[in-house]
Amino acid sequence: MPEQDPAKRVKNFNEVALGYSLEQAIEEAKRCLQCKNPTCQQGCPVEVDCKQFIYFVAKGDIESAYKTIQETNSLPAVCGRVCPQENQCEGHCKLKPTGQPIAIGRLERFVADSYYAKHPCDALSGTSSCPVIDSNLKVAAIGSGPSSLTFAGYLASRGIKVTIFEALHEPGGVLTYGIPEFRLPKKIVHTELEALKAQGVEIKTNYVIGATLDINDLFAQGYKAIFIGVGAGLPKFLGLEGENLIGVYSANEYLTRVNLMRAYKFPEFDTPLPEGNNVVVIGGGNVAMDAARTALRLGAKNVYIVYRRTQKEMPARLEELHHALEEGVQLKVLSSPVAFKGDEDGRLSSLVIQKMKLGEPDESGRRRPIPIDGEIEEIKTDLAIIAVGTRSNPLLLQATPNLKLNKWGYVEVNPETGETNIPNVFAGGDIVTGSATVVLAMGAGRKAAKEVYKRLKENIK
Amino acid sequence: MGFKIVKKRELIPNRVSELTIYAPDIASKARPGNFVILRIFPKGERIPLTIADKSPAEGTITIVYLVVGKTTAHLETFQVGDEILDVCGPLGKPTRIEKKGEVVCVGGGTGIAAMHHIAKGHAQVGNKVISVIGARSKDLLLFEEELSKFSHKVLVATDDGSKGKKGLVTQVLEDYLKSHEVKEVVAVGPVPMMKAVSELTKKYSVPTTVSLNSIMVDGIGMCGACRVSVGGRIRFACVEGPEFDAHEVDFDELMLRLRSYVKQEQISYNHFCECHGKEKN
Repeated sequence: MPEQDPAKRVKNFNEVALGYSLEQAIEEAKRCLQCKNPTCQQGCPVEVDCKQFIYFVAKGDIESAYKTIQETNSLPAVCGRVCPQENQCEGHCKLKPTGQPIAIGRLERFVADSYYAKHPCDALSGTSSCPVIDSNLKVAAIGSGPSSLTFAGYLASRGIKVTIFEALHEPGGVLTYGIPEFRLPKKIVHTELEALKAQGVEIKTNYVIGATLDINDLFAQGYKAIFIGVGAGLPKFLGLEGENLIGVYSANEYLTRVNLMRAYKFPEFDTPLPEGNNVVVIGGGNVAMDAARTALRLGAKNVYIVYRRTQKEMPARLEELHHALEEGVQLKVLSSPVAFKGDEDGRLSSLVIQKMKLGEPDESGRRRPIPIDGEIEEIKTDLAIIAVGTRSNPLLLQATPNLKLNKWGYVEVNPETGETNIPNVFAGGDIVTGSATVVLAMGAGRKAAKEVYKRLKENIK
Repeated sequence: MGFKIVKKRELIPNRVSELTIYAPDIASKARPGNFVILRIFPKGERIPLTIADKSPAEGTITIVYLVVGKTTAHLETFQVGDEILDVCGPLGKPTRIEKKGEVVCVGGGTGIAAMHHIAKGHAQVGNKVISVIGARSKDLLLFEEELSKFSHKVLVATDDGSKGKKGLVTQVLEDYLKSHEVKEVVAVGPVPMMKAVSELTKKYSVPTTVSLNSIMVDGIGMCGACRVSVGGRIRFACVEGPEFDAHEVDFDELMLRLRSYVKQEQISYNHFCECHGKEKN
């Protein structure tokens, strides 16, 4: 798939991947074997019928391809961009052993984009086949990230009224505050949200469930079922000396300032931007890559990713790491931060690093990093971004003391239905699994929606 | 869609104003110690402001702000009938209020307004509330009348001696602590004031609660901008606070962190002044 040149793109926030042309998409789709017993669909948490939609793409029938995807996936333009397809549909493709699986993610993205471009009204207003919403059957979703949006899309397209309660002023959850523009343009998220609204989904912003209203209030207002999809938003810190110096940020704060609050347009927008010339990002996952690539685009001279194992063990998608390296992000592997140092104004000036080597594998199967005695390095830095994961946010959970949690503080659910210990309260996404992917959260939203639909329908009878 | 301003009172002209905002869901849940996050226009930042009072019956909350920077200067241009784009809350843990006897509530500057809601909560459960308020001069004193409605006494300190005792609130507080058995001290105001109160009450071994005003972005536990060191541990003021045991708080670190954006705050303020009039809303 064509991409923006690294030297150019590092100076802008436009999307890196440029997308297929119709000819390229058809050519790619024609490679599909149309297997008798396809395995690609099994690899997809929301069960997209890959074989069928690719069949339509090969024939140039984008409309049918789109409708095939939309049957199970409410956010195809998002998924086509941010799913780890290499482990999912493409990982299960029978052409995978040849090293050239069908580029299913890219095709999905192409289909969604082309459909939205050609049929904006249709995509936004829904079709005549959309059922009439029955307002007596209303359900609530808490949080407006991928799991709640999928939950809402499934039920709305089946005639059930869904109201989504979002704590922030803009909906989308991690798609809005977390994933940067160059990887997932905001207009794509906006289009998918508009399509959901056109199906009758209502989104209420500035509603913090657990503060503005609680779960009992929602039941009292007549919601028949509630889905908790609030994510795992509380950032982890490292517990190191100097961590509260000015210039040390969580990746959540850094990305939220830039993405949600548009700090890159300061002072036109009011939220100040954390500025840095020599930036260190601590962590090796997708969020670390997002933060590092954002810092480059905002003018940093040097951006280092500090990671205690080697490049091979990094949890980021290969494509994200590859893009980051192409753009000039520098890796400092086998490096474990031990302290932040600052000047007399309390501003960050350097990061002290302990050099590591790999020892025996630990419980995770990855080789355990162990410190090399006396090998300490100090990196000059004015901006450090900590991207080592998140914990469960206590806000809703503390306001719902009877909700059963597991030992890590995440919500415990019935794996078959997604239901919590409170009847008709469901949960899914990161608040159940801990930090995971967009599409896994979507799969959980879909599972809960199926169960809610079944119950509400049984009640009608 | 926004949140309508139903009343505006200029408490100190061009410096401190009080807004009563129609926000029925928030009003019905708001408790002493809670705050809201405001975003006043589409390009605005999110700022936390303590809820100074509420009226669930009328569906309103009251906030008080000091004009210190761009957002508050912009907010000061809003009048009755205007809408604030986003009001989110009530956030933070409410004040722990139980019947315990005599409680001294100390407020400085606009902190007096925030302290008001807490003091009222203590009075409502039957605690004997002594309010101690301070400002540079008597024209800058807030909420004296409101506090006198439920306080056993309102003690005043001004820097210039124009009202009450000449000096700092800590001097008034110390005099009081010497001769009374106080169960708890609550302090809300500028960080140096809270730090001084804390040092004083440590000497007298009186449990003390402070409400911290750290920088916030989302206010719901997502970003960690508001983190403070309490008892040597990182705590998030937005979801674990904003009130903490004063004797455990690292006030010096908080003071430094509040200066994170001094440069940008000036740029933003100047930018607003240049554009003001053209881009009011």
